[in-house]
Amino acid sequence: MLRALLSDDLPRSRWLAVVLLVILVGLAAAPFLFPGAKSLNVAAKICVFIVLAASFDLLLGYTGIVSFAHTMFFGIGAYGVAIALTRLGAGWDSVALGVLGGLAVAVVLAVLIGLFSLRLRTIFFAMITLAVASAVLILASQLSDITGGEDGLNYRLPMALRASFRPFEGITGRILDYYLVFLVSLALVLVLLRMVNSPFGSVLMAIRENPFRAEAIGYRTVVYRTLASCIAAATAALAGALLALWSSQTNPDTTLSFDIMVDILLMVVIGGMGTMYGAVIGAVLLVLAQNYLQALVGDRWLLWLGVAFILCVYFFPTGIVGRLRRR
Amino acid sequence: MPEPLLSLRGVKTNIGRYHILHGVEFDVAEGGLTMLLGRNGAGKTTTLRTIMGLWRAAEGEIRFAGRDIARMATPDIARLGIAYVPESMAIFADLTVQENLILAARSGPPDPKRLDWIFARFEALKRFWNLPAGNLSGGQKQMLAVARAIIEPRRLLLIDEPTKGLAPAIIANMIAAFRELKDGESTLLVVEQNFTFARQLGDQVAVMDDGKVAHTGTMAAFAADAGLQQHLLGLGMGEHQ
Repeated sequence: MLRALLSDDLPRSRWLAVVLLVILVGLAAAPFLFPGAKSLNVAAKICVFIVLAASFDLLLGYTGIVSFAHTMFFGIGAYGVAIALTRLGAGWDSVALGVLGGLAVAVVLAVLIGLFSLRLRTIFFAMITLAVASAVLILASQLSDITGGEDGLNYRLPMALRASFRPFEGITGRILDYYLVFLVSLALVLVLLRMVNSPFGSVLMAIRENPFRAEAIGYRTVVYRTLASCIAAATAALAGALLALWSSQTNPDTTLSFDIMVDILLMVVIGGMGTMYGAVIGAVLLVLAQNYLQALVGDRWLLWLGVAFILCVYFFPTGIVGRLRRR
Repeated sequence: MPEPLLSLRGVKTNIGRYHILHGVEFDVAEGGLTMLLGRNGAGKTTTLRTIMGLWRAAEGEIRFAGRDIARMATPDIARLGIAYVPESMAIFADLTVQENLILAARSGPPDPKRLDWIFARFEALKRFWNLPAGNLSGGQKQMLAVARAIIEPRRLLLIDEPTKGLAPAIIANMIAAFRELKDGESTLLVVEQNFTFARQLGDQVAVMDDGKVAHTGTMAAFAADAGLQQHLLGLGMGEHQ
């Protein structure tokens, strides 16, 4: 059962299994283990960023595509839900329409970028994604009639997700909202795990290792790379939609900024590229550090965060998961 | 006379500003094994890569089973039933032996009988089935590269120096495997430096010199003509072994 759920991709290290189990239990029981608005917010953000980092790992770790447009897809997903809830009202039909709209825009953009630029060398593709992401960031700030500009959009969530909703004693809409985020995130990570452990995943890894060899076997690398880009973009858009459903406000800083791009890059590298579990551990570590390191080490927390990451990369060049699996 | 399975006419290939092939012409008949011989730098590997579409032919015609494939993309050429084994132990190091073979079996899961046939020749592949291919020895990687090309029936196998750096026992297994393939379903075009190997297996031979084919004929006649070997390969037969 567990083997099937994890698509035969077991942790292959006792310590890694323990760490993953702790994360799973911690997130599953977060509303009860860590009561309080801040800790629940951190737990929800961890769930969202696990999905975002895992989808980026599909691109970078499994396919070898360096893209700086990943947060753009995240933002498109978030704005899809935010615009729908703002314009159409706080109903589930608005949520569904927003999610579908965000997904469609993200996939169409991923196809266009992929077909036009995935034939180029890695560095040129990376530059094109950077340019497109910058353009979308500027558009989101400028089109204030639609996106709310720099201030973004504030909107009401469906009734069942509001803090005031109390279906049972001790259970609020906020907790229901958290479990929506948690369960969808868990499902998305399991789907991604299934994907990278399927023959499709093997083709992506073969393309990452040597695209010419993959072509000589008969695989059209541009098609597979574009497919991987679309799947990653759609997953990032869903992560964005989850964030929008959690935070009830969406603005360029929280969804489209390049700081987020750097964060997810760090999550994947520190956790271990091409492992999926690495994205989980990287996301947990980074979100926890961003939220609690200041309280622990004071105002210079960013400096200590930087030192911690340098040490991490130095001592674990294959990421934390790579190191734990080698023990 | 039946149409050849593969036919090259006036094929010219440039790599950057270097002209490597200067009008290569030869035929490979259906069935049997053709050896492509020549000195280092004669253009043998470039010829295989050009057939496979990995280098684009600047001029000329490459016909496979009656179709001009000179302008086709590499994946489309592979899908016509041509498999290519490069000389550089071209496996996917991060994938397991199993994943490498499954990847090459494009039409579905590998046929168990065919897998058994491969395991009988290359036993190490069965032993290291779940090991990342990067952990295999050089000889085992070469076995895997060949096994990947033959995991499904292919009409034409292009194999570049299969015996390079291999132990004699492995070479003997490879000879046995190639013999069964050429007597059965496949046509083979093999680039080889080891003349002992080439002489044992080759039915036909094409010898390249300076980007052109300088001689074609039967391997038996070429093996018996020490003067021609000296002239085209620059070495006596003994020195090739």
